[in-house]
Amino acid sequence: MRPRRTLATSARVLKQLGHDHRTLALLFVVPVVLLGLLAWILTDMPGVFDMIGAALLGIFPFVVMFLTTSIATLRERSSGTLERLLAMPMGKLDIILGYALSFGLLAVGQAVIASTVAVRLYGLDIAGPEWMLVLLAVANALLGTTLGLFASAFARTEFQALQFMPAFIFPQFLLCGLLVPVDRLPSVLEAVANILPLTYAVDAMQLISRQPTISAEIWTDLAIVLAFAVAAVVLGAATLRRKTK
Amino acid sequence: MHDEPVIVANELTVVRGATAALRDVTFQIRPGRITGLIGPSGSGKTTLMRAIVGTQQIISGQLKVFGLPAGSKPLRARIGYVTQSPAVYQDLTAQQNLRYFVSILGLPKSEADAALKAVDLSANAEQLVGTMSGGQRARVSLAVALLGKPDLLVLDEPTVGLDPVLRKRLWELFAELAAQGRTLLISSHVMDEAEQCPELLMLRDGRLLMHGTKQELFERTGMRTVHDAFLKLAEGEQ
Repeated sequence: MRPRRTLATSARVLKQLGHDHRTLALLFVVPVVLLGLLAWILTDMPGVFDMIGAALLGIFPFVVMFLTTSIATLRERSSGTLERLLAMPMGKLDIILGYALSFGLLAVGQAVIASTVAVRLYGLDIAGPEWMLVLLAVANALLGTTLGLFASAFARTEFQALQFMPAFIFPQFLLCGLLVPVDRLPSVLEAVANILPLTYAVDAMQLISRQPTISAEIWTDLAIVLAFAVAAVVLGAATLRRKTK
Repeated sequence: MHDEPVIVANELTVVRGATAALRDVTFQIRPGRITGLIGPSGSGKTTLMRAIVGTQQIISGQLKVFGLPAGSKPLRARIGYVTQSPAVYQDLTAQQNLRYFVSILGLPKSEADAALKAVDLSANAEQLVGTMSGGQRARVSLAVALLGKPDLLVLDEPTVGLDPVLRKRLWELFAELAAQGRTLLISSHVMDEAEQCPELLMLRDGRLLMHGTKQELFERTGMRTVHDAFLKLAEGEQ
Protein backbone atom coordinates (compact mmCIF):
# COMPACT_ATOMS: atom_id res chain seq x y z
CA MET A 1 0.00 0.00 0.00
CA ARG A 2 1.28 3.47 -0.89
CA PRO A 3 -0.48 6.71 0.11
CA ARG A 4 0.44 8.22 -3.28
CA ARG A 5 -1.49 5.55 -5.16
CA THR A 6 -4.43 5.63 -2.76
CA LEU A 7 -4.74 9.41 -3.05
CA ALA A 8 -4.28 9.37 -6.82
CA THR A 9 -7.09 6.82 -7.06
CA SER A 10 -9.51 8.80 -4.91
CA ALA A 11 -8.68 11.99 -6.83
CA ARG A 12 -9.38 10.13 -10.05
CA VAL A 13 -12.74 8.82 -8.81
CA LEU A 14 -13.72 12.35 -7.75
CA LYS A 15 -12.71 13.72 -11.16
CA GLN A 16 -14.88 11.08 -12.83
CA LEU A 17 -17.84 12.21 -10.74
CA GLY A 18 -16.91 15.82 -11.50
CA HIS A 19 -17.78 15.10 -15.12
CA ASP A 20 -21.13 13.65 -14.04
CA HIS A 21 -23.07 16.55 -12.54
CA ARG A 22 -26.38 14.74 -12.47
CA THR A 23 -25.08 11.93 -10.26
CA LEU A 24 -23.53 14.45 -7.90
CA ALA A 25 -26.79 16.38 -7.67
CA LEU A 26 -28.80 13.20 -7.05
CA LEU A 27 -26.35 12.10 -4.40
CA PHE A 28 -26.85 15.25 -2.34
CA VAL A 29 -30.49 16.01 -3.10
CA VAL A 30 -32.21 12.61 -2.85
CA PRO A 31 -31.80 12.05 0.92
CA VAL A 32 -32.91 15.63 1.61
CA VAL A 33 -36.02 15.24 -0.54
CA LEU A 34 -36.89 11.87 1.02
CA LEU A 35 -36.60 13.27 4.54
CA GLY A 36 -38.70 16.27 3.51
CA LEU A 37 -41.35 13.95 2.15
CA LEU A 38 -41.35 11.99 5.38
CA ALA A 39 -41.68 15.15 7.48
CA TRP A 40 -44.58 16.24 5.28
CA ILE A 41 -46.35 12.87 5.54
CA LEU A 42 -46.09 13.04 9.32
CA THR A 43 -47.22 16.68 9.67
CA ASP A 44 -50.44 15.77 11.50
CA MET A 45 -48.83 13.13 13.72
CA PRO A 46 -46.85 15.18 16.26
CA GLY A 47 -43.71 13.54 17.63
CA VAL A 48 -43.55 10.71 15.09
CA PHE A 49 -41.04 12.47 12.80
CA ASP A 50 -38.80 13.09 15.80
CA MET A 51 -39.02 9.36 16.61
CA ILE A 52 -38.17 7.88 13.23
CA GLY A 53 -36.60 10.84 11.42
CA ALA A 54 -33.23 10.32 13.08
CA ALA A 55 -33.18 6.60 12.27
CA LEU A 56 -34.02 7.27 8.63
CA LEU A 57 -31.34 9.93 8.54
CA GLY A 58 -28.99 7.04 9.19
CA ILE A 59 -30.59 4.73 6.65
CA PHE A 60 -30.98 6.96 3.56
CA PRO A 61 -27.29 7.87 3.11
CA PHE A 62 -26.44 4.24 3.87
CA VAL A 63 -28.61 2.96 1.01
CA VAL A 64 -27.64 5.67 -1.50
CA MET A 65 -23.92 5.20 -0.89
CA PHE A 66 -24.22 1.41 -1.05
CA LEU A 67 -25.77 1.56 -4.50
CA THR A 68 -23.48 4.25 -5.89
CA THR A 69 -20.33 2.53 -4.72
CA SER A 70 -21.24 -0.94 -5.87
CA ILE A 71 -22.11 0.28 -9.38
CA ALA A 72 -18.97 2.43 -9.61
CA THR A 73 -16.62 -0.41 -8.69
CA LEU A 74 -18.46 -2.79 -10.97
CA ARG A 75 -17.80 -0.38 -13.83
CA GLU A 76 -14.13 -0.45 -12.95
CA ARG A 77 -14.24 -4.23 -13.33
CA SER A 78 -16.23 -4.42 -16.54
CA SER A 79 -14.29 -1.66 -18.33
CA GLY A 80 -11.06 -3.64 -17.98
CA THR A 81 -9.37 -0.84 -16.05
CA LEU A 82 -9.31 -2.99 -12.90
CA GLU A 83 -7.38 -5.69 -14.72
CA ARG A 84 -5.03 -3.05 -16.07
CA LEU A 85 -4.44 -1.60 -12.60
CA LEU A 86 -3.82 -5.03 -11.10
CA ALA A 87 -1.26 -5.77 -13.82
CA MET A 88 0.56 -2.60 -12.72
CA PRO A 89 2.57 -2.11 -9.54
CA MET A 90 -0.61 -1.30 -7.64
CA GLY A 91 -1.77 -2.55 -4.25
CA LYS A 92 -5.23 -4.05 -3.98
CA LEU A 93 -5.81 -2.06 -0.82
CA ASP A 94 -4.85 1.13 -2.71
CA ILE A 95 -7.77 0.62 -5.07
CA ILE A 96 -10.32 -0.15 -2.36
CA LEU A 97 -9.08 2.59 -0.02
CA GLY A 98 -9.00 5.05 -2.91
CA TYR A 99 -12.66 4.36 -3.55
CA ALA A 100 -13.55 4.35 0.15
CA LEU A 101 -11.83 7.72 0.58
CA SER A 102 -13.50 9.51 -2.33
CA PHE A 103 -16.95 8.10 -1.72
CA GLY A 104 -16.41 8.59 2.00
CA LEU A 105 -15.82 12.27 1.30
CA LEU A 106 -19.08 12.45 -0.66
CA ALA A 107 -20.77 10.54 2.15
CA VAL A 108 -19.62 13.18 4.64
CA GLY A 109 -21.02 15.94 2.46
CA GLN A 110 -24.27 14.09 1.99
CA ALA A 111 -24.72 13.30 5.69
CA VAL A 112 -23.90 16.86 6.76
CA ILE A 113 -26.37 18.36 4.30
CA ALA A 114 -29.16 15.87 5.10
CA SER A 115 -28.86 16.17 8.86
CA THR A 116 -28.54 19.96 8.82
CA VAL A 117 -31.62 20.35 6.63
CA ALA A 118 -33.53 17.82 8.75
CA VAL A 119 -32.86 19.72 11.96
CA ARG A 120 -32.99 23.33 10.72
CA LEU A 121 -35.63 23.15 8.01
CA TYR A 122 -37.81 20.14 8.80
CA GLY A 123 -37.69 20.78 12.53
CA LEU A 124 -36.34 17.41 13.55
CA ASP A 125 -36.18 17.64 17.32
CA ILE A 126 -33.56 15.47 18.95
CA ALA A 127 -32.65 15.36 22.64
CA GLY A 128 -28.91 14.83 22.10
CA PRO A 129 -26.35 17.17 20.51
CA GLU A 130 -26.66 17.88 16.80
CA TRP A 131 -22.99 17.19 16.04
CA MET A 132 -23.39 13.61 17.23
CA LEU A 133 -26.33 13.18 14.84
CA VAL A 134 -24.13 14.39 12.00
CA LEU A 135 -21.27 12.14 13.08
CA LEU A 136 -23.56 9.11 13.16
CA ALA A 137 -25.02 9.93 9.76
CA VAL A 138 -21.48 10.17 8.36
CA ALA A 139 -20.55 6.82 9.92
CA ASN A 140 -23.62 5.20 8.37
CA ALA A 141 -22.86 6.64 4.95
CA LEU A 142 -19.31 5.32 5.27
CA LEU A 143 -20.71 1.92 6.19
CA GLY A 144 -22.88 1.97 3.06
CA THR A 145 -19.83 2.91 0.98
CA THR A 146 -17.64 0.12 2.26
CA LEU A 147 -20.38 -2.53 2.15
CA GLY A 148 -21.06 -1.48 -1.44
CA LEU A 149 -17.37 -1.95 -2.24
CA PHE A 150 -17.45 -5.38 -0.70
CA ALA A 151 -20.73 -6.46 -2.30
CA SER A 152 -19.61 -5.43 -5.78
CA ALA A 153 -16.96 -8.17 -5.60
CA PHE A 154 -19.76 -10.72 -5.97
CA ALA A 155 -21.55 -9.05 -8.85
CA ARG A 156 -20.58 -9.81 -12.44
CA THR A 157 -23.21 -7.59 -14.07
CA GLU A 158 -25.03 -4.35 -13.29
CA PHE A 159 -28.27 -6.30 -12.87
CA GLN A 160 -26.72 -8.46 -10.19
CA ALA A 161 -25.33 -5.40 -8.43
CA LEU A 162 -28.80 -3.83 -8.37
CA GLN A 163 -30.27 -7.02 -6.90
CA PHE A 164 -27.76 -6.86 -4.07
CA MET A 165 -29.58 -3.86 -2.76
CA PRO A 166 -32.72 -5.87 -1.81
CA ALA A 167 -30.51 -8.83 -0.91
CA PHE A 168 -28.05 -6.99 1.36
CA ILE A 169 -30.02 -3.98 2.50
CA PHE A 170 -33.70 -4.91 2.89
CA PRO A 171 -33.16 -7.71 5.44
CA GLN A 172 -31.09 -5.29 7.51
CA PHE A 173 -33.76 -2.65 7.13
CA LEU A 174 -36.50 -5.07 8.33
CA LEU A 175 -34.47 -6.28 11.28
CA CYS A 176 -32.72 -3.09 12.39
CA GLY A 177 -35.28 -2.20 15.03
CA LEU A 178 -37.12 0.52 13.17
CA LEU A 179 -40.24 -1.58 12.44
CA VAL A 180 -40.14 -3.77 15.54
CA PRO A 181 -37.75 -3.14 18.44
CA VAL A 182 -34.93 -5.69 18.29
CA ASP A 183 -35.67 -7.11 21.76
CA ARG A 184 -39.24 -7.90 20.71
CA LEU A 185 -38.21 -9.92 17.65
CA PRO A 186 -38.46 -13.76 17.71
CA SER A 187 -35.25 -14.98 19.35
CA VAL A 188 -33.64 -16.33 16.18
CA LEU A 189 -34.27 -13.06 14.35
CA GLU A 190 -33.01 -11.10 17.34
CA ALA A 191 -29.76 -13.06 17.17
CA VAL A 192 -29.51 -12.32 13.45
CA ALA A 193 -30.27 -8.63 13.99
CA ASN A 194 -27.49 -8.46 16.55
CA ILE A 195 -24.86 -9.40 13.99
CA LEU A 196 -26.04 -6.91 11.35
CA PRO A 197 -24.37 -3.46 11.25
CA LEU A 198 -27.50 -1.44 10.50
CA THR A 199 -29.00 -2.56 13.83
CA TYR A 200 -26.25 -0.67 15.68
CA ALA A 201 -26.47 2.32 13.36
CA VAL A 202 -30.21 2.68 13.96
CA ASP A 203 -29.87 1.99 17.69
CA ALA A 204 -27.41 4.88 18.02
CA MET A 205 -29.70 7.17 16.05
CA GLN A 206 -32.67 6.29 18.24
CA LEU A 207 -30.65 6.85 21.40
CA ILE A 208 -29.42 10.26 20.31
CA SER A 209 -32.96 11.33 19.56
CA ARG A 210 -34.12 10.38 23.08
CA GLN A 211 -31.14 11.01 25.39
CA PRO A 212 -29.82 14.50 26.11
CA THR A 213 -26.31 13.19 26.85
CA ILE A 214 -24.08 10.90 24.85
CA SER A 215 -24.11 7.57 26.63
CA ALA A 216 -21.43 4.88 26.44
CA GLU A 217 -23.93 2.83 24.45
CA ILE A 218 -23.85 5.35 21.61
CA TRP A 219 -20.05 5.26 21.48
CA THR A 220 -20.15 1.45 21.44
CA ASP A 221 -22.69 1.48 18.59
CA LEU A 222 -20.53 3.94 16.66
CA ALA A 223 -17.42 1.82 17.21
CA ILE A 224 -19.25 -1.30 15.97
CA VAL A 225 -20.48 0.50 12.83
CA LEU A 226 -16.97 1.73 12.06
CA ALA A 227 -15.52 -1.74 12.75
CA PHE A 228 -17.91 -3.18 10.16
CA ALA A 229 -16.79 -0.50 7.70
CA VAL A 230 -13.12 -1.35 8.22
CA ALA A 231 -13.82 -5.09 7.93
CA ALA A 232 -15.66 -4.49 4.64
CA VAL A 233 -12.65 -2.59 3.23
CA VAL A 234 -10.24 -5.37 4.19
CA LEU A 235 -12.54 -8.10 2.85
CA GLY A 236 -13.17 -6.07 -0.30
CA ALA A 237 -9.42 -5.90 -0.97
CA ALA A 238 -9.03 -9.60 -0.19
CA THR A 239 -11.67 -10.55 -2.75
CA LEU A 240 -9.86 -8.76 -5.60
CA ARG A 241 -8.07 -11.36 -7.70
CA ARG A 242 -5.11 -10.57 -9.88
CA LYS A 243 -5.47 -13.86 -11.73
CA THR A 244 -8.64 -15.41 -13.10
CA LYS A 245 -9.31 -18.99 -14.07
CA MET B 1 22.50 -11.43 -20.60
CA HIS B 2 21.28 -9.15 -23.34
CA ASP B 3 20.13 -11.99 -25.53
CA GLU B 4 18.42 -13.97 -22.79
CA PRO B 5 14.89 -14.84 -23.94
CA VAL B 6 12.23 -12.45 -22.68
CA ILE B 7 9.43 -15.01 -22.69
CA VAL B 8 9.87 -18.75 -22.27
CA ALA B 9 6.79 -20.96 -22.55
CA ASN B 10 7.19 -24.66 -21.91
CA GLU B 11 4.27 -27.01 -22.59
CA LEU B 12 1.95 -24.28 -21.41
CA THR B 13 -1.65 -25.40 -20.93
CA VAL B 14 -4.54 -23.21 -19.89
CA VAL B 15 -8.07 -24.49 -19.39
CA ARG B 16 -10.95 -22.02 -19.36
CA GLY B 17 -14.31 -23.54 -18.48
CA ALA B 18 -14.55 -26.94 -20.11
CA THR B 19 -12.20 -26.29 -23.03
CA ALA B 20 -8.44 -26.05 -23.29
CA ALA B 21 -7.69 -22.51 -24.41
CA LEU B 22 -4.01 -23.34 -24.84
CA ARG B 23 -2.54 -26.81 -25.27
CA ASP B 24 1.15 -27.65 -24.80
CA VAL B 25 2.41 -24.38 -26.17
CA THR B 26 6.20 -24.13 -26.24
CA PHE B 27 8.23 -21.18 -27.57
CA GLN B 28 10.83 -18.57 -26.68
CA ILE B 29 10.86 -14.90 -27.55
CA ARG B 30 14.11 -12.98 -27.70
CA PRO B 31 14.46 -9.28 -26.82
CA GLY B 32 14.27 -6.30 -29.13
CA ARG B 33 11.91 -7.81 -31.65
CA ILE B 34 8.35 -7.50 -32.78
CA THR B 35 6.59 -10.83 -32.68
CA GLY B 36 3.19 -11.10 -34.30
CA LEU B 37 0.76 -13.39 -32.50
CA ILE B 38 -1.43 -14.51 -35.36
CA GLY B 39 -4.52 -16.65 -35.32
CA PRO B 40 -8.25 -16.53 -35.94
CA SER B 41 -10.57 -15.26 -33.26
CA GLY B 42 -10.92 -17.88 -30.52
CA SER B 43 -7.50 -19.40 -31.17
CA GLY B 44 -6.16 -18.48 -27.72
CA LYS B 45 -4.29 -15.25 -28.48
CA THR B 46 -5.82 -13.24 -25.66
CA THR B 47 -5.48 -16.13 -23.21
CA LEU B 48 -1.77 -16.39 -24.02
CA MET B 49 -1.31 -12.64 -23.58
CA ARG B 50 -3.16 -12.63 -20.27
CA ALA B 51 -1.02 -15.54 -19.08
CA ILE B 52 2.14 -13.59 -19.97
CA VAL B 53 0.90 -10.47 -18.21
CA GLY B 54 -0.04 -12.58 -15.20
CA THR B 55 -3.81 -12.19 -15.06
CA GLN B 56 -4.57 -15.70 -16.33
CA GLN B 57 -4.12 -18.82 -14.23
CA ILE B 58 -1.98 -21.51 -15.78
CA ILE B 59 -3.03 -25.15 -15.44
CA SER B 60 0.23 -26.87 -16.32
CA GLY B 61 3.57 -26.18 -17.95
CA GLN B 62 5.92 -23.28 -17.41
CA LEU B 63 5.77 -19.64 -18.38
CA LYS B 64 8.64 -17.33 -17.52
CA VAL B 65 9.03 -13.65 -18.30
CA PHE B 66 12.47 -12.07 -17.81
CA GLY B 67 13.43 -15.28 -16.03
CA LEU B 68 10.63 -15.02 -13.44
CA PRO B 69 7.34 -16.93 -13.30
CA ALA B 70 4.64 -14.93 -15.13
CA GLY B 71 2.67 -12.74 -12.72
CA SER B 72 5.60 -12.18 -10.32
CA LYS B 73 5.46 -8.85 -8.57
CA PRO B 74 8.71 -7.37 -9.99
CA LEU B 75 7.38 -7.94 -13.50
CA ARG B 76 4.43 -5.58 -13.08
CA ALA B 77 6.54 -2.47 -13.65
CA ARG B 78 8.28 -3.99 -16.69
CA ILE B 79 5.27 -4.98 -18.80
CA GLY B 80 2.89 -2.70 -20.66
CA TYR B 81 -0.40 -4.38 -21.57
CA VAL B 82 -3.13 -3.19 -23.88
CA THR B 83 -6.35 -5.18 -23.73
CA GLN B 84 -8.54 -5.70 -26.77
CA SER B 85 -11.24 -3.29 -25.66
CA PRO B 86 -9.71 -0.02 -24.49
CA ALA B 87 -9.23 -0.16 -20.72
CA VAL B 88 -9.43 3.55 -19.94
CA TYR B 89 -11.92 5.71 -18.07
CA GLN B 90 -14.62 6.98 -20.41
CA ASP B 91 -15.69 9.72 -18.02
CA LEU B 92 -12.23 11.30 -17.86
CA THR B 93 -10.35 13.26 -20.50
CA ALA B 94 -7.43 11.62 -22.29
CA GLN B 95 -5.02 13.69 -20.24
CA GLN B 96 -6.73 12.90 -16.93
CA ASN B 97 -6.49 9.21 -17.79
CA LEU B 98 -2.78 9.44 -18.55
CA ARG B 99 -2.06 11.56 -15.49
CA TYR B 100 -3.77 9.05 -13.23
CA PHE B 101 -1.71 6.15 -14.51
CA VAL B 102 1.43 8.33 -14.39
CA SER B 103 0.89 8.91 -10.68
CA ILE B 104 0.18 5.22 -10.07
CA LEU B 105 3.49 4.37 -11.74
CA GLY B 106 5.26 7.21 -9.91
CA LEU B 107 6.49 8.92 -13.07
CA PRO B 108 6.99 12.63 -13.77
CA LYS B 109 3.87 14.40 -15.03
CA SER B 110 5.50 15.25 -18.36
CA GLU B 111 5.34 11.54 -19.28
CA ALA B 112 1.57 11.86 -19.74
CA ASP B 113 1.91 14.44 -22.51
CA ALA B 114 4.79 12.55 -24.12
CA ALA B 115 2.70 9.37 -24.31
CA LEU B 116 -0.25 11.24 -25.84
CA LYS B 117 2.10 12.74 -28.40
CA ALA B 118 3.48 9.31 -29.27
CA VAL B 119 0.01 8.12 -30.25
CA ASP B 120 -0.79 11.38 -32.03
CA LEU B 121 -3.47 12.54 -29.62
CA SER B 122 -1.96 15.76 -28.27
CA ALA B 123 -4.74 17.76 -29.89
CA ASN B 124 -7.38 15.68 -28.09
CA ALA B 125 -5.82 15.82 -24.62
CA GLU B 126 -8.80 17.71 -23.15
CA GLN B 127 -11.45 15.54 -24.78
CA LEU B 128 -13.53 13.10 -22.74
CA VAL B 129 -12.61 9.57 -23.77
CA GLY B 130 -16.31 8.66 -23.89
CA THR B 131 -16.84 11.11 -26.74
CA MET B 132 -13.92 9.79 -28.79
CA SER B 133 -14.03 7.42 -31.74
CA GLY B 134 -13.13 3.77 -31.23
CA GLY B 135 -9.72 4.28 -32.79
CA GLN B 136 -8.95 7.27 -30.58
CA ARG B 137 -9.95 5.33 -27.47
CA ALA B 138 -7.70 2.47 -28.51
CA ARG B 139 -4.84 4.94 -28.82
CA VAL B 140 -5.44 6.40 -25.36
CA SER B 141 -5.27 2.85 -24.05
CA LEU B 142 -2.04 2.27 -25.98
CA ALA B 143 -0.58 5.50 -24.60
CA VAL B 144 -1.15 4.20 -21.06
CA ALA B 145 0.82 1.05 -21.90
CA LEU B 146 3.73 3.16 -23.21
CA LEU B 147 4.13 4.95 -19.86
CA GLY B 148 7.34 4.23 -18.01
CA LYS B 149 8.95 2.70 -21.11
CA PRO B 150 8.25 -0.94 -20.21
CA ASP B 151 10.72 -3.56 -21.50
CA LEU B 152 7.92 -5.76 -22.79
CA LEU B 153 4.81 -4.52 -24.52
CA VAL B 154 1.91 -6.93 -24.90
CA LEU B 155 -0.61 -5.46 -27.30
CA ASP B 156 -3.89 -7.23 -28.02
CA GLU B 157 -5.14 -6.20 -31.48
CA PRO B 158 -3.95 -2.60 -31.13
CA THR B 159 -4.55 -1.57 -34.73
CA VAL B 160 -7.91 -3.19 -35.49
CA GLY B 161 -10.33 -0.85 -37.18
CA LEU B 162 -7.87 2.02 -37.49
CA ASP B 163 -7.45 4.23 -40.50
CA PRO B 164 -4.64 2.79 -42.72
CA VAL B 165 -2.56 5.96 -42.46
CA LEU B 166 -2.72 5.85 -38.70
CA ARG B 167 -2.06 2.12 -38.67
CA LYS B 168 1.09 2.66 -40.69
CA ARG B 169 2.22 5.30 -38.24
CA LEU B 170 1.64 3.01 -35.27
CA TRP B 171 3.65 0.24 -36.89
CA GLU B 172 6.45 2.78 -37.34
CA LEU B 173 6.18 3.57 -33.64
CA PHE B 174 6.35 -0.15 -32.78
CA ALA B 175 9.47 -0.56 -34.97
CA GLU B 176 11.03 2.42 -33.22
CA LEU B 177 10.32 0.89 -29.81
CA ALA B 178 11.85 -2.42 -30.91
CA ALA B 179 14.92 -0.57 -32.20
CA GLN B 180 15.31 0.87 -28.69
CA GLY B 181 15.63 -2.72 -27.44
CA ARG B 182 12.10 -3.30 -26.29
CA THR B 183 10.23 -6.49 -26.99
CA LEU B 184 6.76 -6.35 -28.49
CA LEU B 185 4.17 -9.06 -28.73
CA ILE B 186 1.33 -7.89 -30.95
CA SER B 187 -1.74 -9.98 -31.70
CA SER B 188 -3.90 -9.78 -34.77
CA HIS B 189 -6.48 -11.89 -36.52
CA VAL B 190 -5.80 -9.98 -39.72
CA MET B 191 -3.15 -11.87 -41.65
CA ASP B 192 -2.03 -8.74 -43.55
CA GLU B 193 -0.87 -7.18 -40.31
CA ALA B 194 1.47 -10.10 -39.76
CA GLU B 195 3.45 -8.92 -42.76
CA GLN B 196 4.77 -6.14 -40.50
CA CYS B 197 6.23 -8.57 -37.98
CA PRO B 198 9.70 -10.00 -38.50
CA GLU B 199 8.80 -12.92 -36.25
CA LEU B 200 5.55 -14.85 -36.00
CA LEU B 201 3.73 -17.06 -33.52
CA MET B 202 0.77 -18.77 -35.14
CA LEU B 203 -2.04 -20.15 -33.02
CA ARG B 204 -5.03 -22.22 -34.01
CA ASP B 205 -7.47 -23.90 -31.61
CA GLY B 206 -5.09 -23.30 -28.73
CA ARG B 207 -2.18 -25.03 -30.41
CA LEU B 208 0.98 -23.48 -31.74
CA LEU B 209 1.00 -23.93 -35.50
CA MET B 210 4.45 -22.51 -35.92
CA HIS B 211 6.98 -20.07 -34.48
CA GLY B 212 9.76 -18.50 -36.50
CA THR B 213 10.72 -15.67 -38.80
CA LYS B 214 8.61 -14.78 -41.77
CA GLN B 215 11.32 -16.18 -44.09
CA GLU B 216 11.24 -19.50 -42.27
CA LEU B 217 7.50 -19.58 -42.62
CA PHE B 218 7.63 -18.93 -46.34
CA GLU B 219 10.40 -21.49 -46.88
CA ARG B 220 8.60 -24.15 -44.90
CA THR B 221 5.29 -23.73 -46.65
CA GLY B 222 6.46 -22.61 -50.08
CA MET B 223 3.98 -19.74 -49.88
CA ARG B 224 4.57 -16.04 -50.33
CA THR B 225 1.98 -14.44 -48.06
CA VAL B 226 1.27 -15.02 -44.37
CA HIS B 227 -2.35 -15.68 -45.25
CA ASP B 228 -1.54 -18.55 -47.65
CA ALA B 229 1.11 -19.94 -45.32
CA PHE B 230 -1.39 -20.04 -42.46
CA LEU B 231 -3.89 -21.93 -44.63
CA LYS B 232 -1.23 -24.42 -45.67
CA LEU B 233 -0.18 -25.05 -42.06
CA ALA B 234 -3.80 -25.39 -40.91
CA GLU B 235 -4.50 -27.90 -43.69
CA GLY B 236 -1.41 -29.89 -42.74
CA GLU B 237 -2.77 -30.20 -39.19
CA GLN B 238 -6.06 -31.76 -40.20
